Amino acid sequence: MMFAAAAPLTTLLSWGDQGFGDELFWGAVKTVEISVFGYAFGLALGLLGAVGKLSGPPWVRTLLNGYTTIVRAVPELVLILLLYYAGTDSINGVLKSIGYSPIEVNGLVAAIFVLGFVQGAYSTEVLRAAIQSVPFGQIEAATAYGMTRLGRFRRIVLPAMLPNAIPGLANLWLNITKDSALISVVGFTELALATRQAAGVSKQYFVLYVVAQMIYLVISLTSTSLFDWLERRVRRGQPKLS
Amino acid sequence: MPFDVSAWPAKLEKKPRGGNLKNDTTQSAVEVYDLHKAFGQLEVLRGVSLNAKKGDVVSMIGASGSGKSTFLRCINFLEMPTQGRILVTGEEIVLKPNKDGNLHPVDRKQLERIRTRLAMVFQSFNLWQHMTVLQNVIEAPIHVLKVPRSEAIEHAEALLNKVGLFEKRDQYPAFLSGGQQQRAAIARALCIDPKVMLFDEPTSALDPELVGEVLKVIRDLAEEGRTMILVTHEMKFARDVSSHVIYLHQGKVEEEGPPQKVFGAPISARCKQFVSSIH
Repeated sequence: MMFAAAAPLTTLLSWGDQGFGDELFWGAVKTVEISVFGYAFGLALGLLGAVGKLSGPPWVRTLLNGYTTIVRAVPELVLILLLYYAGTDSINGVLKSIGYSPIEVNGLVAAIFVLGFVQGAYSTEVLRAAIQSVPFGQIEAATAYGMTRLGRFRRIVLPAMLPNAIPGLANLWLNITKDSALISVVGFTELALATRQAAGVSKQYFVLYVVAQMIYLVISLTSTSLFDWLERRVRRGQPKLS
Repeated sequence: MPFDVSAWPAKLEKKPRGGNLKNDTTQSAVEVYDLHKAFGQLEVLRGVSLNAKKGDVVSMIGASGSGKSTFLRCINFLEMPTQGRILVTGEEIVLKPNKDGNLHPVDRKQLERIRTRLAMVFQSFNLWQHMTVLQNVIEAPIHVLKVPRSEAIEHAEALLNKVGLFEKRDQYPAFLSGGQQQRAAIARALCIDPKVMLFDEPTSALDPELVGEVLKVIRDLAEEGRTMILVTHEMKFARDVSSHVIYLHQGKVEEEGPPQKVFGAPISARCKQFVSSIH
């Protein structure tokens, strides 16, 4: 691919060998992909973490306090490097010790795991606070009507805590879409790395980074309106403050 | 066990609606023997017993802190008693001491089954805020009693009609007045076809002008022959609807009997003072 000093934007962003449109597009797809799955994994960890912190035995609470404290205290870039390289190393160490040959860790899976692990700590705290804010009388009523523990959690606590959790969870989603760019340091080609590579080849840094920035903006604006809709929906039972 | 438990198979429990509730008054609905409850050093109940037969309306009265709400909450084990025995429709809840110093039900399944025979109406309504009125009413029938959805809705709509809230069935509780919320809560209680209804100061959180509409609904239920245990500060109401009144003082039964006796000619001086001061 050869570029003139000032290739027209349409050429620069075209599909195929002449431009970087497809590279940026697939980079954006990867960004959304690791964000969505990392977020989902983080939510699952967060739900377990919140329940564990609220009603687990003491050793579980200690473990979870350690998890949330450390993950939230250490810079994410450091955590990503640590988990990615140390994680890969220890998996291969275990494999070696039981007589298997080392494996190449799938970059996508590793990225999702690392992002999710970090998200899990933040989700734990958001969900714990949301669960604790459910009025106790509502849980008591569920108890009085013969619901099981699981039934109470699924039918009452979970939906009742959503209005309190959604704003915090929306923040976490916006964070993860941006944190996903940090994954580029381990060589996983998402939007940030795709843009850097495209800019390196074409020398059109300004234009390409502005385009990438707009893609991030579109992702966050779309998801913000999605979360707004979701929040309105879960708040149907609450009168508006006027 | 003093009564044949198998006489109350789970399937039959859903069936009787209204109907022959006044018959067979010999059958025990709730029996409580020598109930004690302490919160740490504080002894709230010091040996309270009660025997409510089918169709009875038992009112518990007494000053704040006398233990009447705690007693009611022990019947469905929202509080765990420290000592005593509880039987619901003749079935004794098997209890064993826990390391927290209270008695706890041994069999969670039995407890959950027993709770579906007791429907509680709370002072602060405790409707589930994320569900509409109708969804509140059909929640336990569908998800606890496994009644088919269409049947539950049909039953719920009839009950909402009865408490005058049919038009409000798709509203969320927060948009209703306190009186409407409490009537919705009563419909929710009725929809599990309870053997006994437990009312925990059902009008205490209401504005004075809304008390009447809730009391009217409860009065109708009493007249239908519903078995109920009622903790209340509404003395005139208790006098009118009750078949039996228990006056609690500092965790003990100070006076009990038919309302004419407790209100009209109490033996205990304290009870006499209480019922005269409250009017």
